[in-house]
Amino acid sequence: MAEAKIDVSIEHKQAPEPPQKKHPNTCPSCGSHYRDDELAESLRVCTHCGHHFPVKAHERIEQLADGGSFVEEAADLRSADPLGFFDLRAYNERLAEAEIGTGLGDALVIGSAAIEQLPCELAVMDFSFMGGSMGSVTGEKFARACESAAAAQVPLVSVSASGGARMQEGILALMQLPKTVVAVEELHDAGCALISVMAHPTTGGLLASFASLGDVVIAEPGALMSFAGPRVVAQTTREKLPDDFGLAESNLRFGHIDAIVPRPELRSTLARLLRLFGAE
Amino acid sequence: MPRDAEIRLRDRLSKLGGLDLLRGARLSGELDRLQRQLDRIEAEPTDEEIWSKVELARHEDRPYTLDYVERLLEDWFELHGDRGRADDAALVTGLGKLEGRTVALIGHQKGRDIKERTKRNFGMAYPEGYRKAMRVMALADQHGFPLVTLVDTPGAYPGIAAEQHGQGGAIARSQATMARLDVPTVSCIIGEGGSGGAVAIALADTVLMQENAIYSVISPEGCAAILWRDAGEKRKAAAAFKPDATHCLELGVIDGIVPEPAGGAQTSPDEAARLLGAAIGDALEELDDVPRDELRARRRAKFRSMGVLA
Repeated sequence: MAEAKIDVSIEHKQAPEPPQKKHPNTCPSCGSHYRDDELAESLRVCTHCGHHFPVKAHERIEQLADGGSFVEEAADLRSADPLGFFDLRAYNERLAEAEIGTGLGDALVIGSAAIEQLPCELAVMDFSFMGGSMGSVTGEKFARACESAAAAQVPLVSVSASGGARMQEGILALMQLPKTVVAVEELHDAGCALISVMAHPTTGGLLASFASLGDVVIAEPGALMSFAGPRVVAQTTREKLPDDFGLAESNLRFGHIDAIVPRPELRSTLARLLRLFGAE
Repeated sequence: MPRDAEIRLRDRLSKLGGLDLLRGARLSGELDRLQRQLDRIEAEPTDEEIWSKVELARHEDRPYTLDYVERLLEDWFELHGDRGRADDAALVTGLGKLEGRTVALIGHQKGRDIKERTKRNFGMAYPEGYRKAMRVMALADQHGFPLVTLVDTPGAYPGIAAEQHGQGGAIARSQATMARLDVPTVSCIIGEGGSGGAVAIALADTVLMQENAIYSVISPEGCAAILWRDAGEKRKAAAAFKPDATHCLELGVIDGIVPEPAGGAQTSPDEAARLLGAAIGDALEELDDVPRDELRARRRAKFRSMGVLA
């Protein structure tokens, strides 16, 4: 393992530990248990302690966008398997399983929408699709979201939740970092803003690419936002990590994000930003 | 898989073959280079060859950035510090003359002995290193100096302070800075091209890789630990994600392979430097033919197209 110490990458390592043997609707912080409709009603925030549960992409879009305003784009894109990657299982198999499990074609859903009648483009990640990992399709969809926003001259709102680059696509996954970065540069040159919302977790390649390049960067409370995962850092430095290591609260203190916005206020906050950045 | 890279190369070869009267010697050099690349693509490396490249890329006698600097650049002047809070010795920056013209150089730097390795943090930069790099990129842009970057890092440093100082954001902004430059940019992976810490300084017009360098999304050990749950399966991991130059060229990630002396760059640093200098010189000369106002759009279009879709 000695050599593994110098591994800084990312990728799934810092995936949130699943609440061990706990029901997914049981709050990992305070143990409160909710029926699914209760959680959906509370935007998947624990009404007892404020813990933010993960939100799947389409539910997030429902939470944020005006009813019926979302028009999905590029939903038909699917990953290829350029390396013929096989670890303990074939990448193709993992992809098929992820699609069946989530009903999604990849870890990112994009499309045009309106928030409080203000038009925008949305790019929302889904952690349940292979840990929200970024592969060729994820990068391509993000780039297309930038292009749609630029063409419509509206801001792009991204909501990230990802462990980082998708190892099964090897170097091509790493190349999605510069790909999404140049897409943001083009978006900016077209005069449009990127509002980046980081949900738990936004780590590795996501933090090292578009998610950090928002004109405004917002995080959800308690979101892990670190380049290297806590376990890798602990192994490398052999130091005890601060309790708030890599969390949104620490990132705010160190000046890396503009605000922490609790989920119930996210929609109105985004609307305010859309008004500020809007053309009118 | 379909060999798109091979088809593109054959295409370029046939076009160049018909043009050799136009540009003379330089063009025939280009032809040779493409022919060599074609030969390499046709000889797909085996799993053992891939692992031997991983070992060569990490060889302790392999030339590092400053070994090339002293052999290739005249009037070298190192630029220190990020103008904020520190000077990161894991990433060196400076100005020098390459084939008679001033270039800005940015490169990761590893160390040879314990003391030097500690000082250089094994080539793993902090955000301060990437901020220094961004400062020098802006300087190059301001003065119209071509930018050359040499990539040789296991990855950006995964430490507490590095995270607190904004490692992810620094890597993202370093790439964004390169995407904005109006000067010609050439990057070469000269050893380990480890993940975000590598690509942070490799968003270049022309990206080259030395024959025995590796470029990857994660280290073989890291990949093995996660996907095989056993870091000892590093050979299997490397064979699966194919970090070698041939595969990177085939996947369209790099633009060319720089040959090394037989047995690897460590066998003759002088010869390795000569070959590297020639490749970078050629790349810069090719970029001279691209109008400055097209460079940036071309660079962005190249990275925009990366990836393979079903």
